[in-house]
Amino acid sequence: MFTGLMLNTWIAGTVVAVIAGVTGFFAVLRGSTFAAHAIPNGAFAGAAGATLLGFNPLAGLAVFSVAGALGIAALSRRARNDVATALTLVMMLGVGALFVSWSTEYAQEAYALLFGEVFGVSTDEVVPILVLGALSIAAIAVMFRPLLLSSALPEVAEARGVSARGMELGFLLVMALATSMTVPVVGALLMFSLMIGPSAAARSLTARPVLAMTLAVVLALVTVWTGIVASYVSNWPLGFFVGVLGAFFFLAGRGYRAAAGRFRPRVA
Amino acid sequence: MRYIFEPGFFASGPVHVALAVGAVVAITSAVVGVFTVIRGQSFAGHSLADIATTGGSGAFLVGINQFWGFLAFGAGAAAFMEMIGVQRRRGRDVATGVVLGAALGLAALFLYLGTQSSSTTGASFTILFGSIFVITTSTIPALIASALLALATVVVLARVLLLSSLSSDIAAARGVPVRAVGAAFLMALAVSVALSAVIIGAVLSTALLIGPAATALRLARSPIRAVVTAAVLGVLAVWIGIVLAYDSYYWPPAGRGWPVSFFVVTLVVAGYLLTFLRRRPHRPAPHDSHDPEHACSPA
Repeated sequence: MFTGLMLNTWIAGTVVAVIAGVTGFFAVLRGSTFAAHAIPNGAFAGAAGATLLGFNPLAGLAVFSVAGALGIAALSRRARNDVATALTLVMMLGVGALFVSWSTEYAQEAYALLFGEVFGVSTDEVVPILVLGALSIAAIAVMFRPLLLSSALPEVAEARGVSARGMELGFLLVMALATSMTVPVVGALLMFSLMIGPSAAARSLTARPVLAMTLAVVLALVTVWTGIVASYVSNWPLGFFVGVLGAFFFLAGRGYRAAAGRFRPRVA
Repeated sequence: MRYIFEPGFFASGPVHVALAVGAVVAITSAVVGVFTVIRGQSFAGHSLADIATTGGSGAFLVGINQFWGFLAFGAGAAAFMEMIGVQRRRGRDVATGVVLGAALGLAALFLYLGTQSSSTTGASFTILFGSIFVITTSTIPALIASALLALATVVVLARVLLLSSLSSDIAAARGVPVRAVGAAFLMALAVSVALSAVIIGAVLSTALLIGPAATALRLARSPIRAVVTAAVLGVLAVWIGIVLAYDSYYWPPAGRGWPVSFFVVTLVVAGYLLTFLRRRPHRPAPHDSHDPEHACSPA
């Protein structure tokens, strides 16, 4: 279980979990769950297009996820955020459907892109994953304080000269960066579960930002590692375990908070 | 005329079915969509569509018609979301997201098991992206009946829905059972999403739900006009999409026809973007109450 290709799986899975925990914490805090779903999901079209043209899928994922982030940010200026996100997403998916229909034998690969193929990570793929992972962590570290302020108290941040739009765009771009490396590993649809489930659970356990973020990373790691083992043993897709564990952590967090709320008054 | 409609377009049975069912579905989605956009539930709508994927793949696994799978999972998920509190504005996106994540995990499992037991891989593609030209005739009565059911629910609830969407406090004070109304709407949403999942695929049914409605809300000045505009736009998008998909059979590069979903989505998004070109002279402030799309956005 720890040899050869499986070692790549463990490295890739671990990096993905750390990124998902960190970006997911902000996604949940900012309430941009929909964007967290839309960017990886739409980026799938980029991978399909890149494969069609004979490029590296990673390039296609990067182009489409950045385009998606910019599209959401641009449309959100003139319209409701959820509508902007929905329309950006469907446009990317529509193009994806077109690409998939053009290529002849794509169905299997489309399945892998949507639901992930963590056991097929090659050594060539591990390096870009590590580099992009380090980049997104660095980006989050640089904007940590202003991003936190603008997520929790947008008006205060604005008054202190932190541009809400700038932060939104910056965060979406980091999410795009994180997405383009994680989609080949956990799949477009499940990157999202990994971002939301552990982070939401962490948020219901503690209100302190750094602690919550650490907790989100830990829970994401537990999810991915358990998922890898379970998937290795049962041969069922990793995505299934990630989705179910994420939901389980969320419900457990909710349950804990409900139980704790009975004994002390909740502070808004 | 011959250059627009390929020969044989009007004689083809599947095309007739596609045009008729497409219109019914487009109208339902558009009408439900107007309320979805006003209530700010685009994410819930999209999630229900994705969750329908799970149902579709489950149905594929046990070998029944996909539509029943779409419907069963959509309705189940709507009930579950309601239970864990998607009605509250705060935190509801996260609750929706968690349900969605779990359902997608199940979808992965069903599709995996499905492709293990039979060697066809095309099914996952049909479930995700839909195929309007292969609607089984036996499901048409069920499709139309559920469309009417969803439409009737929304039409009956229209006034209370509007009120409770714009201010749930006032609605509650007037004796409207806000939560029950919200739950009923979520059910209608699930049904309409299951319908459009059949036409353009689970993943893209969001396009028919949100696109025409958001466009109409930017153009129309009253809810009723918005509903009518959205329905007209939705039907137009689906019909033009079908014509183009039929014509595209001889287009490069593959010579197999482009997917209907691509055309429908492109038309819908293009229509929405075009509304930005229109200047609206009598709008004193950005928070003008005549603008329903912004009417209930958080300040």
